[in-house]
Amino acid sequence: MKTDDLIELLVKDLAPLRFRSVLAGAVAGGIIIAAILFFVGVGFRPDISEAMKSNRFLFKFVVTVSLAVTAIWVTLRVGRPGGSLAHRGLALATAPALLACAALVELLVLPESQWMPHLVGHNARFCLTLIPLLSIGPLACLLAALREGAPSSPGLAGAVAGLAASGIAATFYAANCTDDSALFVMTWYPIATLIVTTAGYLVGRKLLRW
Amino acid sequence: MTTSSQENAWAVWMRAAMTGDAGAYRQLLASLAPHVRAVARSRCRSLGTPEGEVEDLVQEVLLTIHLKRGTWDQSRPIGPWVAAIARNRLIDFLRRRGRHITVPIEDVVDSLPAEDRTPELSTRDVDTLLGQLKPQQREIVRSISLNGSSIRETADRLQMTEGAVRVTLHRALKALAGFYRSSARED
Repeated sequence: MKTDDLIELLVKDLAPLRFRSVLAGAVAGGIIIAAILFFVGVGFRPDISEAMKSNRFLFKFVVTVSLAVTAIWVTLRVGRPGGSLAHRGLALATAPALLACAALVELLVLPESQWMPHLVGHNARFCLTLIPLLSIGPLACLLAALREGAPSSPGLAGAVAGLAASGIAATFYAANCTDDSALFVMTWYPIATLIVTTAGYLVGRKLLRW
Repeated sequence: MTTSSQENAWAVWMRAAMTGDAGAYRQLLASLAPHVRAVARSRCRSLGTPEGEVEDLVQEVLLTIHLKRGTWDQSRPIGPWVAAIARNRLIDFLRRRGRHITVPIEDVVDSLPAEDRTPELSTRDVDTLLGQLKPQQREIVRSISLNGSSIRETADRLQMTEGAVRVTLHRALKALAGFYRSSARED
């Protein structure tokens, strides 16, 4: 085939296509899947209306939503050719920084004898299983969207998608978990996030080459 | 044309193409091809890859630019975006030929355009890969590329709807890109 003939083919295949729209669709799809799984299989904690009045409970969402939002924003960058963490990576520090501040406050206001009980909590096992489970849908959607992208570093793009998926999943899970102390969140949520991020990295490295 | 005015022209054409302007898109691809060819030729020459394979690489890059065009962020310059895509395909292309190197690629827009010295020769890679397409996909690709038929003429002749021809063409192009990737992995 001559190059001019190929160009003619490509021109005939011209249709609107925006990576941003593809990614937005994936985020919406991922949230819907996680929501269905959450409301069918997990559900709110029994004292949800009481919990809504607690700052500790509400702060969990500040952390998880900021993780989801910043990681989705970074995914948009690393899904494009030439995109690296250097451009937007610092944004990913938002959620950890917020959480670290909250944990510090918790250490100041709680008596020392309460530190370990709050850190260990009652739901560590649920946290470590439900967040990765709820992440599967969002991660699959984000990885599918990234296949339409052109990440310069497939592993990195997969890992950032894993972070975004954990953020979405953790936002739902936090509405079920009765451990609201920042010490608990700072200990267990990052381990769950690490599991999902590692999965994203490993799958991304294979799947996102182009 | 200077580098920046060349790049501006590409950006203008690509923006127009994003809104469905086929003429602008044709101009863009026709203008990109000689620049991509210049980079491909200089790389192939310095690595001892046969000159005849240059056009294969040019076509692979153009196909990838087409399929990944949605990833260009319109608020950013288009030159580095093109260079990043060219670099990705070049590394893959060389890997398929058993060369494991990292490629320091010059900016595509900075390369002086190079004419296709073998315009009458058919390229080998893409023709081999076309043979792997499903019969209907191959038929439509041939009809449009070799015979220069429009989507409508192709649809009429094959008794398909225009929409079905478009979908088949798009799948064929994605399949072609997939063949490049899988041939990279086998080596």
